[in-house]
Amino acid sequence: MARMAGRRLLAAVPVLAAVTFGVFALAAASPFDPAKAYAGSAALGARQDVLDQLRDNLGADRPFTARWWDWLTSALTGDLGVSASLRQPVAQVIGERVGWSVLLCGIAFALAVTAGTALGVLAARRRGGLFDRAVTSLAYALEAAPPFWLGLLAIWLFALKLDALPAGGLTDTGSDAATPGQIASHVVLPAAVLALSQLPWFVLYVRQGVGDALAEDPVRGARARGLRERTVLLGHALRSGLLPVLTLTGSRIPELITGALLVETVFSWPGIASATVEAATKVDFPLLAALTVLATAAVLAGNLLADLLYGLADPRVGFDG
Amino acid sequence: MTARSVRGVAATAMAGVLAAGAAACSTPGGGGGAKDSLVVGLANEPETLSPLLGYGKDGNSKIFDGLLRRDASMKLQPALAAGLPKVADDGRTYTFALRKGVKFSDGKPFTAQDVVFTYRTILDEKTNNAAKGELDAIDKVTAAGDDTVVFVLKYPYAPFAERTVLPIVPEHAAKGQDVNSGSFNTAPIGTGPYVLTGWSKGEKLTFKANPGYWGGEPKVKKLTMAIIKDDDVRATRLRSGDLDGAILPPNLAKGFKDDKSKTTVTARTTDFRGVTLPTANKVTGDLAVRRALDLAVDRKAMVDKLLEGAGRAGYGPVPTGSDWFAKGTERPYDPDKAKKLLDDAGWRTGGDGIREKDGQRAAFTLWFPAGDKLREEHALAFASDAKKAGIEVKVQSGTWEVIEPRMKNDAVLAGDGNPADPDFDLYNLLHSSLALNGFNNMAAYSNPDVDKALEEGRRSGDKAARKAAYDKVQQGLADNPGYTFLTHIDHLYVVNDKWKNLSTQVEPHDHGLGAGPWWNVEDWQPEQ
Repeated sequence: MARMAGRRLLAAVPVLAAVTFGVFALAAASPFDPAKAYAGSAALGARQDVLDQLRDNLGADRPFTARWWDWLTSALTGDLGVSASLRQPVAQVIGERVGWSVLLCGIAFALAVTAGTALGVLAARRRGGLFDRAVTSLAYALEAAPPFWLGLLAIWLFALKLDALPAGGLTDTGSDAATPGQIASHVVLPAAVLALSQLPWFVLYVRQGVGDALAEDPVRGARARGLRERTVLLGHALRSGLLPVLTLTGSRIPELITGALLVETVFSWPGIASATVEAATKVDFPLLAALTVLATAAVLAGNLLADLLYGLADPRVGFDG
Repeated sequence: MTARSVRGVAATAMAGVLAAGAAACSTPGGGGGAKDSLVVGLANEPETLSPLLGYGKDGNSKIFDGLLRRDASMKLQPALAAGLPKVADDGRTYTFALRKGVKFSDGKPFTAQDVVFTYRTILDEKTNNAAKGELDAIDKVTAAGDDTVVFVLKYPYAPFAERTVLPIVPEHAAKGQDVNSGSFNTAPIGTGPYVLTGWSKGEKLTFKANPGYWGGEPKVKKLTMAIIKDDDVRATRLRSGDLDGAILPPNLAKGFKDDKSKTTVTARTTDFRGVTLPTANKVTGDLAVRRALDLAVDRKAMVDKLLEGAGRAGYGPVPTGSDWFAKGTERPYDPDKAKKLLDDAGWRTGGDGIREKDGQRAAFTLWFPAGDKLREEHALAFASDAKKAGIEVKVQSGTWEVIEPRMKNDAVLAGDGNPADPDFDLYNLLHSSLALNGFNNMAAYSNPDVDKALEEGRRSGDKAARKAAYDKVQQGLADNPGYTFLTHIDHLYVVNDKWKNLSTQVEPHDHGLGAGPWWNVEDWQPEQ
């Protein structure tokens, strides 16, 4: 198991290097000019010599391969560079924001997994029944709905029409202290929307897995032994039906991150999403690269976690990965 | 469990649900109540709070003070300086005596050394301040003792004092860190009426009154600037009581007209919209076409329809309401005269209704920055007016990166405007030395008489002589309109009726948290 984890970590190194190289190449190919993006509205009145000086200071004219190499070598020594667009060191930008993103994603993911499993088991219990059909069609509809659209809908309903929950931000506009109570009321809508956008996958996979397991011999055997339906369902069918869900847990992480980008933007959540958007439109190479590494690492870790869990849950699966 | 206790549990649970609901309902209305706090909604967020990188360069920065500041009528008043500067050496030396006893919000005293540090750091070539060109005239800044600062200029520059509203930074707090990325960008310290208490990027900035402010502690103790990019969301949050005031576009501000608890404050501006007419283009470079377009555009209709009345017809960067405006240079809407001008100059109407001269079709492309709805509407209105005179304007949108390389030959729907001094806009837009230099003089306008008058205007220390020079510039622009100026746009703010005597300054194109009725929130008095 440790060998597999170690091998995966080693394999991650070239992947991360390649991904950051791709980010620098893409940013260099984009039509945006870093110097003008940096200057913002001040670029309107700026003289050419000032803009040239700015471009020189930002190193905007250097080939992207050289910038990538510089970034990579200094990143290895722990210096992630400076975000020009936010006028802050990259480490500080990420440090200030990543906690809020993890909070949002963690709540949403836990919510999606538990609610998805519960609904999936209930639906699988009587496949083709009224509840099953209702849950399945709802799941397909949600799967098709983009998260930002769900977010706008939720704001319209809960914040504007019902006035029950705040429309966005981390705290109320008038107060500066981020008390747990304030954050709790502000995280409800974004977390619920993010969870809702991930929910259908878990519902459908669990329903399929448990439903198939219910038709298998061990379950029939358990029923024949006269075990309670509850024990059969949760103790036997769910356990073997959960295996594909574990794989899903890993592969849903990229989707969760993309979903979080959209949800954070809609709800003005001060996480890494707004920084990502800023970094992309302002061609902020160091910030963009660091955020991409973060996202890539999360995806790789998710996959590794899924494989490890799979191996633990089903002894027939080895750790050769 | 008895039936009675079940009922009891149900009632308790019900009460709990109701209480939770009520508590949830009351949370969003947090900002509205207290008289000593103000929550305003803005569209744009500053990139940095460090004046060294350009924050607050036009004054009203809340956290900082400049040597000078502007009052409600845009007259310069001393702030950190003890009085207006003494100008000597034919307008090349400006000497400021400094106010005594001023302290930064961290308790350390303000000295001449802080002024010198601020200006020198901005002018340093390693400092990424895009607006540093505004201080181009400065040759040297030196401190003479603790309470006098002397600026020596490269050339006599009459509007220089207007630049000294630039906020002063404490050397002890900002020195020793990277000016481009240091903590001073997000946690600034100044002498101003407010102290920053928090900045949640993309969400809001919060301030509290500075009890040691040299001008007296402000009555509004707590100030929150919420950043809400979407106009509709901002209007909704204002309506729900979450905000006390907000900047709104005219169509949304109209929705508050019947709301007795709110007033709409209209700020006059120098925020112009106009079309550049590139000199290099055979059509837009033609004098007859330029003059015809100037007469063919229906500016009043644009103000009434596009701006819903919140604006004024514009004939140049200087608005008609300004003291600097050259009376008599207004151009009437006269489509018949426009057509006659073109006929006389040899632009004959071809088969498709578009004019031609010597095989050159009277057609050009007009760009506007993608996503800017107001500029798009101006561009389309301009194109439709031009079409009536027989000139075809193809309207296209793109990002500035797409537009910039095409500016030499294609027209752009431009917008800018700084109210402090006519030199700031006129020189940058019209002086031939700045033709296609960055986004200055995008039309490559070149008119030797105008150049000469622009030089006179910025060098002369005498106000009457300057006025005469700028009259000449505006007359030159009327005779050879290298830009078709269309409108000046009012900025509208809707505010709770809790404070009295709200005013605004004349606002620039770039209006951030220093603009709006809260430009002088430190002087606000609650209504009794």
